[in-house]
Amino acid sequence: MQQFLEIISKPDNIPIGLLLVGAIFFSWLAWTKARKNDLLDRPVEATMDDKVQVWPYLVRVEFLATIAVMAILVFWSVFLDAPLEEAANRALTPNPSKAPWYFLGLQELLVYFDPWIAGVVLPTLIIVGLMAVPYVDINPKGNGYYTFKERKFAILVYSFGFLVLWVSLIVLGTFMRGPGWNFFWPWERWDPHYVAVLTNVDLSEVLNIPTRLPDNSINPVAMIFGAVVVLGYYSIGPVYWILKRNTDLMQKLGLVRYAIVSFLLLTMGGVVIKIILRLAPTFLGMNPVKYVWVTPWFNI
Amino acid sequence: MALMEKFRKTDLYKSVFRHSYQDTQRNRALQIVDNVFLHLHPVRVPRHATNIGFTWGMGGITFLLFLVLTITGVILMFYYRPTAQYAYEDMKYLMNDVPFGPLMRNMHRWAAHAMVLTVMLHMFRVFLTGSYKPPRQFNWVVGVILLVLTLLLSFSGYLLPWDQLAIWAVTVGTNMARATPLLGHEGPFGAELGMRIDNDVRFVLLGGTEVAPPTLLRFYVGHCIFLPLIAVIFMAVHFWRVRKDGGISGPESKKNF
Repeated sequence: MQQFLEIISKPDNIPIGLLLVGAIFFSWLAWTKARKNDLLDRPVEATMDDKVQVWPYLVRVEFLATIAVMAILVFWSVFLDAPLEEAANRALTPNPSKAPWYFLGLQELLVYFDPWIAGVVLPTLIIVGLMAVPYVDINPKGNGYYTFKERKFAILVYSFGFLVLWVSLIVLGTFMRGPGWNFFWPWERWDPHYVAVLTNVDLSEVLNIPTRLPDNSINPVAMIFGAVVVLGYYSIGPVYWILKRNTDLMQKLGLVRYAIVSFLLLTMGGVVIKIILRLAPTFLGMNPVKYVWVTPWFNI
Repeated sequence: MALMEKFRKTDLYKSVFRHSYQDTQRNRALQIVDNVFLHLHPVRVPRHATNIGFTWGMGGITFLLFLVLTITGVILMFYYRPTAQYAYEDMKYLMNDVPFGPLMRNMHRWAAHAMVLTVMLHMFRVFLTGSYKPPRQFNWVVGVILLVLTLLLSFSGYLLPWDQLAIWAVTVGTNMARATPLLGHEGPFGAELGMRIDNDVRFVLLGGTEVAPPTLLRFYVGHCIFLPLIAVIFMAVHFWRVRKDGGISGPESKKNF
């Protein structure tokens, strides 16, 4: 536990604590405002649409906020030094080596995916997906005020991505991953000699289809099985479209928007599924699943 | 006081301050319009825009932190040489011998962390109030680009102390580039396309096959010149579009309710 407290109070980890507190506080704040608005005929913001002069009514808020931020920043900087470790030494690799805190969610994803997915494809999809948001969300309601009732789906998806996936993976990657990127509970000491007894298996092996043949080449049956699982999973998108294409919502959304949304959502869901496939079996005393689809060129 | 009154009537005074400070509607408006910094704002805004509970102030704080980072960053540049021979020594010098050196460096570090945080929270607020909806769709895209630039700025700055924390964090981060599909030598189809450790996308990023002195220079120039320049351009677009798209978002009270 003492080590956990040491890690949590490392100067460079303070932003994670602030992120956690900030995310919880602002979620609560937004939720309270949304609840209030949802019970009213007109949102509170609509009743505050009378114009006020920027000088002084906005400038004073900015001025006070500036003073507050500068005071906090100076206080923080006077009492806490930025870390400066030993001089760079390529011959001495720290264990664990960690990226800056805001990338630790992505680094944690390396447990569940190969680097090309965790480090390149998923970050790219996060950025592209975020940019796509205004163009795929065609719900005209909830523009410029807090609400939950009018945009449940959008808010749930974004909150899940930000609060659950982004924030909690950063917390997991920073505070619970010790030497060898092994998992340690907060009350455990980070033992550098700890060797996790993990026998990773591939999904096909769970069903007794060996991934590799005796000559170590890839078993085509397992490869086809993996392809069927992955492509089958992504075909939920098209199948749902075929079933629901005549509904009002789908008509308004159109095929292109639907394709983007369903692909991004299924990918997000896929990340969750792979995390569960990897973590859940260890707690049940079973072998964690490493790959769903193994090919000679890439593994998923 | 009488002298002050006299001074106020001089050409010198009037050339600098173009209106009196009497509390009138007109002067309040002029205060904004006649000031190059304040005229980023409109003269009047809807009342909810001044409510910190609505905006959380996160966008403005992000910009403030960017200004703090620019100023402290320039000061740090006076004491820092981006070569493997001197970088770490300069950090030690800065932390131990430069007057207010630790304060400047600490403020730079913590403001950088805080900026990453406030960008995320600003984005959360903008999402929750649906402020990316028409006509502000493209400004959300600009905002996402600014988020990426913020992360890149923070990450490139992380290397500059040239200590163990720096090179290994950047080693871990940039190792991902090896695995870029097509463009990385360990990524899917990378080898098939002729990618090697000394010609792939990671090599371009690092200026070598590992985090080494050329990387330091590359990250330094990126951190101090290239990325801030790009960020300033996108910020200008971001702020300008906030104004052009009708100021801060709010419900169209007359139309919808």
